[in-house]
Amino acid sequence: MMHFLLLLSRQGKLRLQKWFTPVTEREKKKVIREMTLMVLACPPRSCNFLLWRDLKIVYKRYASLYFCCGLGDQDNELLTLEVLQRYVELLDQYFGNVCELDIIFNFEKAYFILDEFLVGGEILETSKTVVGIAMEEAETLQEVTHTHSHLSVTHLPKYLNMFLLFSQQTMEEYMSKPTY
Amino acid sequence: MPAPIRLRELIRTIRTARTQAEEREMIQKECAAIRSSFREEDNTYRCRNVAKLLYMHMLGYPAHFGQLECLKLIASQKFTDKRIGYLGAMLLLDERQDVHLLMTNCIKNDLNHSTQYVQGLALCTLGCMGSSEMCRDLAGEVEKLLKTSNSYLRKKAALCAVHVIRKVPELMEMFLPATKNLLSEKNHGVLHTSVVLLTEMCERSPDMLLHFRKLVPQLVRILKNLIMSGYSPEHDVSGISDPFLQVRILRLLRILGRSDDDSSEAMNDILAQVATNTETSKNVGNAILYETVLTIMDIKSESGLRVLAINILGRFLLNNDKNIRYVALTSLLKTVQTDHNAVQRHRSTIVDCLKDLDVSIKRRAMELSFALVNGNNIRGMMKELLYFLDSCDPEFKADCASGVFLAAEKYAPSKRWHIDTIMRVLTTAGSYVRDDSVPNLIQLITNSVEMHAYTVQRLYKALLDDISQQPLVQVSSWCIGEYGDLLVSGQCEEEEPIQVTEDEVLDVLEGLLVSNLSTPVTRGYSLTAIMKLSTRFSSVNRIKKVVSIYGSSIDVELQQRAVEYNALFKKYDHMRSALLERMPIMEKTASNGPTEIVQTNGETEPSVPDTKLPPLITQPANQANDLLDLLGGNDVVPVIQTTLPTKPASAGGELLDLLGDLSLSAIPPMTAYNKNGLKIEFTFERANPNPNIAVITIHATNTTEADMTEFVFQAAVPKTFQLQLLSPSSNIVPALNQGSVTQVIRVLNPQKQQLRMRVKLTYTHKGSPVQDLAEVNNFPPQSWQ
Repeated sequence: MMHFLLLLSRQGKLRLQKWFTPVTEREKKKVIREMTLMVLACPPRSCNFLLWRDLKIVYKRYASLYFCCGLGDQDNELLTLEVLQRYVELLDQYFGNVCELDIIFNFEKAYFILDEFLVGGEILETSKTVVGIAMEEAETLQEVTHTHSHLSVTHLPKYLNMFLLFSQQTMEEYMSKPTY
Repeated sequence: MPAPIRLRELIRTIRTARTQAEEREMIQKECAAIRSSFREEDNTYRCRNVAKLLYMHMLGYPAHFGQLECLKLIASQKFTDKRIGYLGAMLLLDERQDVHLLMTNCIKNDLNHSTQYVQGLALCTLGCMGSSEMCRDLAGEVEKLLKTSNSYLRKKAALCAVHVIRKVPELMEMFLPATKNLLSEKNHGVLHTSVVLLTEMCERSPDMLLHFRKLVPQLVRILKNLIMSGYSPEHDVSGISDPFLQVRILRLLRILGRSDDDSSEAMNDILAQVATNTETSKNVGNAILYETVLTIMDIKSESGLRVLAINILGRFLLNNDKNIRYVALTSLLKTVQTDHNAVQRHRSTIVDCLKDLDVSIKRRAMELSFALVNGNNIRGMMKELLYFLDSCDPEFKADCASGVFLAAEKYAPSKRWHIDTIMRVLTTAGSYVRDDSVPNLIQLITNSVEMHAYTVQRLYKALLDDISQQPLVQVSSWCIGEYGDLLVSGQCEEEEPIQVTEDEVLDVLEGLLVSNLSTPVTRGYSLTAIMKLSTRFSSVNRIKKVVSIYGSSIDVELQQRAVEYNALFKKYDHMRSALLERMPIMEKTASNGPTEIVQTNGETEPSVPDTKLPPLITQPANQANDLLDLLGGNDVVPVIQTTLPTKPASAGGELLDLLGDLSLSAIPPMTAYNKNGLKIEFTFERANPNPNIAVITIHATNTTEADMTEFVFQAAVPKTFQLQLLSPSSNIVPALNQGSVTQVIRVLNPQKQQLRMRVKLTYTHKGSPVQDLAEVNNFPPQSWQ
C-alpha cells in the first residue's frame, strides 16, 4: 500500500499531503522536510526510486511540481509511476491543462479527485471516465447558494477542448469565479 | 459582522506577502477572525472558514482549533459541508485525538445515507483513517455495503474492509461471506478492489489462503481476458488493457501459488503468455513484466519459466531506462540465492552498473555484486569492487569496505592476496572502515605468520604516506609494535625489504602520539606499540623517556598506560620481556568462559581482544625456558599464567562456576611443597563432564611471622598434558597461617600418563625477593588414572 503522497513545489512548498497511515503532526512535518530535501536534491535524469527508512520512495516531476510517494515493500515501483501519471491525467481531465496554480487555488478539489482514485493507499478505480463522472455528479450536489461552480469552465472534461479558454484567462478572471 | 472572506481571496492575499513575517501576520489576523466566527456558531460560513483553515494548515500553521468544527460540518445536512468536514477530519484528526471517536456516529449515519456520494464520503474517510475502535463499531455497516449491487459503493466498501482488516485482523472472518462472488463482477473498479481485499486476507491468514486457492482458475481467466481483449478506451493505457488490474491479479496469483504445486501449474501458461506477449516499449508494459517475473520466481514454476524470467531481467539490465535497470537489480538480488548460476551469467552487466552515475543503481549493483562473489570469480570481482570503493560516494564506503572484508575472508585465494586487499581498503577508504574491523584485521594478521614481515613493511610504508585514517593507523601501529624487529632487520621475502632504523620507526610512532589527527584510541595504540618495542629494539632509553613523559598526560587513558609501563620499567623489569612477548595465534571463538581447556599455546582468554588495550598475555617464555632446561628439554611445554591479580573476588566467582557441578571423588590431597615456612597443598577434583580433566586446587599457607607478598605460583607439565592456570585468590600469603592463597589448576590428561609437575615460586619475604623451583612427583594415582 501507499503510505503517503506529497506534492511539492520546486521551491519546496507543500501543495498537497495525503497520509494513509496514522502519523502525528510532528512526524508529518519531519517526513515532509526529509522528502523535500531528498527529492529536490535529485539530479534531473536520475532514477525515480529511492530507499528511505523502510519505504520505497517513488517520485516524478511534472512541470513545477514533484509528486512523491512512499510505498511498502511489496508494491510495484514501475506501476506506481503509472499511478502518479494517472493522477496527473485525472487532474488534467478535471481542470483542463492543469497547472500548479490550479492545485493551489483548488486544493480541496485535488483532494476530492484523489479520494475517487485512491483509498487507504490502494487504487479504487482504474477508469478515468468513471472518476470524471463521479466528480461531476458530486459537484451537482454542491449547494447552489454557495457556488455556480458546476457550470464553471474548469470542470468540463478535456475532450471538449474548453481548456483553451481556461489557459487564456487572466488572474482576475480566474479569481472572479465563485467558490467557497 | 461582514461575511468572512472567500477562500480564493484569502489564498490570493497570502500569496502577495513578500516576507515570512508578513505572511504570518496575515495568517494570524485571519485565524482570529475565524476563531471568533467559530465562537459565534455561524452555520452559514463554517464551511468556508474550515476550508481556509485547511489552506493555512497546509502552509504549516496550527489548525487544531478547527477540529471540532470539522465534526459539526460532518454532522450537517448539506453536502458541501460534509465534503469539507470529512476532508478536514482526514487532514486534521488522527487516531490519537479523542475527538476522532466522536466521528463514529456521524459516519454510521452517513453510511446509511440515501445519497451514494455521502455514503462514499463516509466509506472513504473510514477507509483512510479509521481507528481500531471505529473499525470495530462500523465493520458491520461496511460488510453490508460490500454486498450491495451498487458498484460505486461496493468498490469503496471493499477498500474500507481492507483497512478494517489491517486495523483489526480478527474481524477478517466477518467479510468472508461477502467475498463469495466478488470476482464475477464486470466492473473493473470492483474487480480491482476485490483482488486487493482477497490479497490482504490471504496474506494475513493461512486458512484464508487455502480457502481462496480455488479462485486461481477464475483469476487466470480474468487475466487472460484482459490480455486477449481488444482495445477498450475506458481502461486503456498505452495499448495495454487495465495494467493496474493485471498487476494486482499477478500479485494475488503469486501469493496463491507460493509453495503449492497445483496452483503453480495452473498459472504456468498464463504467466508464460504475459511474459512473452507484453509490449515492452513503454513503462506500463515493463511494470507488468516486472510483476510477472516476481511471481514466476516466487511460485513453484517449472525451470523453463524461471529461465524466461531471468532472461527478462537480463534484458531489463540492458535497458536505457534507469528505473528499469534499478528494478532488474533489485529483483536479481531477491533471486540470487535460489538461482545463483542463472544470475552469474549476467555478472559482467551487473558489474558495469557499478559505474553508473545514479546513486540508487550503484547501491543495488554493489549489493548484488557482493552476493555474486564466489571462489571462482574472487580476483576479478575484487578488482572491480576495489575500483568502486576508490571512486564511490562516502555513503557507500563503509558498506563496501565491510563487504570487501567479508568476501576476502571467505574466498581469499592466498594469504598474500588477502593482506594486499586489506591494505588496499585501508589506504583508500581507511576512515570509513567500521570500528569492529580493526580487531578482526589484527587477528587475521597475527594468524598469517609467514606474512608478518611483509605486512609490517607495507603498513609502515602506508603510515609514512598518510596518518589521517584512524583504522589504518591503529592496525599499523599495532603491527609495528608486534613485528618492529622484523621491520628493522629487513627480513621481508615477498617484496624488496626497506631499510629502516629503529629511530625512524620510533619517530613515526611518536609522531602519531603528538599529531592532531590521532584520536585518543589511536594514541593508546601507538603508546603500547612503543612500549612493546622496548623488548625488540635496543634503544630502550628513548622508549623509557617517551613513556615517562606521558605519565603526566592529560588524557587519563594515556596517563594510566604510561604510568603502568613506567612501573614495568622500574619495578617489574624482570617480567617486562615476558609480558611484551610476541602475541600468540588468536582463536576466533565466541566467549566460552573459563570452562574450556585452551591450548597452552593460545590465549587463555578466549574472547576477541579488546580494541583499546590488546591484552598483555604473560607468556613467561624465559622463565618457562628455565623450567624446560631443568626438566631436560623438550618434553615440557611452557605454561600460560593469567595475570588478573586485581580481581580476587571474581576469581573466586569463576572458581565457583567451574566447580559448580563437579563431584568430589575421593582423591586424597597431597603436599606438593613445604619449605621455608611456605606450604603448598594440592586438593583434587575430577571434572564430571570430562574425566580426562583433573582440577587441582592449590592452597598456599605461611607459617612464618611475616607475610609473603607478591606471591606468584607457576607450573609446567610434560608435553602430553595440557595445563590451565586460573587466577589466584590473592598474592599475599598471610603470616602465621592466618589465611591462604588458593589457585586452580586444570590438567588435561588424555593419554592417562603419570602426572608430573615442575613448580616455580616467587615471593617477597621480609623485604627480600625469594625464588624457588621444585618438582612435584608424588601425585596420587587416582588423579591421573
